[in-house]
Amino acid sequence: MAEAPRIAIIGTGAAGVAAAKALRKRGHDGAIVLIGAESCPPYERPPLSKATIAEGADPPTLLDETKRTELDIDLRLDTEIAAIDRDRQRLRLAAGDDIPYDRLLLATGAIPRRLPVPGGETCRLLRLRADSEGIRATLHDGAHVAIIGGGLIGLELAASATRLGVRVTVIEAAPRILGRAVPAPLAEAIERRHLDAGIEILTGAKITHVEDGRVVHVDGRTPIEAEVVIAGIGIDPATALAEAAGLDLDNGIATNALHQTSDNAIFAAGDCASIPHALYDDARIRLECWTTAGDAGTSAAAAMLGDSEPFRAVPWFWSDQYDETLQVAGLPDFATETIERDVGTAAPMLFHLARDGRLLAASAFGPVSAYAKHMAVAERLIGANGHPDPSVLADSQANLKSLLRAAKSA
Amino acid sequence: MTQWIDACAADAIDKDDMIRFDHGDRTFVLFRSEDDRYFATDGLCTHEEAHLADGFVMDCVVECPLHQARFDLTTGKVLAEPAEEDLATYPVRVENGRVMLGLD
Repeated sequence: MAEAPRIAIIGTGAAGVAAAKALRKRGHDGAIVLIGAESCPPYERPPLSKATIAEGADPPTLLDETKRTELDIDLRLDTEIAAIDRDRQRLRLAAGDDIPYDRLLLATGAIPRRLPVPGGETCRLLRLRADSEGIRATLHDGAHVAIIGGGLIGLELAASATRLGVRVTVIEAAPRILGRAVPAPLAEAIERRHLDAGIEILTGAKITHVEDGRVVHVDGRTPIEAEVVIAGIGIDPATALAEAAGLDLDNGIATNALHQTSDNAIFAAGDCASIPHALYDDARIRLECWTTAGDAGTSAAAAMLGDSEPFRAVPWFWSDQYDETLQVAGLPDFATETIERDVGTAAPMLFHLARDGRLLAASAFGPVSAYAKHMAVAERLIGANGHPDPSVLADSQANLKSLLRAAKSA
Repeated sequence: MTQWIDACAADAIDKDDMIRFDHGDRTFVLFRSEDDRYFATDGLCTHEEAHLADGFVMDCVVECPLHQARFDLTTGKVLAEPAEEDLATYPVRVENGRVMLGLD
């Protein structure tokens, strides 16, 4: 019998760790080397803009020592990869060593964008645990923080910072906040929630330069002075290693539906990778959400062991703002129709349908107790290519679980 | 010694559905299966603090409303991350149309 392949995974975020665990779960008994650049063991990143800021809470671990030992995962922390030698199938470490592989998973994640104006490099960024702890240290009672970017990270930070008695100004270049990932009615409800909490939101604000990480100069307005300036204007896929190795790129590391890159032995998953998605007519998409990164890691592990099921996990993310939560299942951008359902929250829950009535996405903002049951049904219907009856979706008295039973028996 | 707490009427829970039950400073999930058996587990997800009864249940599996961790309500076993720990389970019996929860 052939010896089990040696599998190396670069990246200790959601995708990399999920892949390592899934490999063992599927019975892989060869070596698994999990390589991370940070010095701390794998941890959950979502709390970095939430409880880590507001409460100083340590983010939960993704792989504790007991589990790591039980799964026999060779975890290399604090380890920079200098290059991928595809011909010899070896990773060259910055420190000089080599790690051989038969299959390699790139789960390198993403890098926060720097603000492209003079002084932009003086703004703080948030991606890693150390970034979050550094930001928290500046947020004393009565301080003023300027957050550049009215996206999910910026607004989560704003909500967390106000809990520390900090005054917050959010500066957004676009005409409205959350323009990218969130349907407009929900974005408006979220904006109102922030305004109620006393957050100042400047939209349509063109930043000309930033002075010393403290003063933000906006075209035609009074400069904004703050104790700390944080930029949350998006992330770019971490593709440097892949690019240097000559792998195909297309909005991230380009893979096929089995997470395989242009090199048969190398796979990629998570924020760093784009993939044709079976649920969205094989459109090539790159997702930046934690749960889906974990799903992709799990799916890539299966593919590395020879499974031939294309990736079809329903994209799903949440964002906590104050005591309320935004959840989006599926991809609303692909939809042409929207059905509203009153769930007792400020904005209705939305179901996003294709022209032919297929459910492509659902979204809601409020306490999860108001809508989580419906969201769970929606997610299952999306995954099953369901065409639910719109009148049932819209009927606040109807139990949506019946739609699943109907889809199941159909 | 096990104390039996009168939690609710047996027909207050639909089949393959659950309710939240609070007792003292504790919170539980009471679940009724499709084949009419009753189960009780701790009410909070073992990942982050969320009432599982606010989530979704189907075929004996509950999904947490916050981050989609899943548990088997008949055994308390964790089935999907991000939770890693099982839920504690408690004995349940039905007497005279009432669901009785057994606590030590």
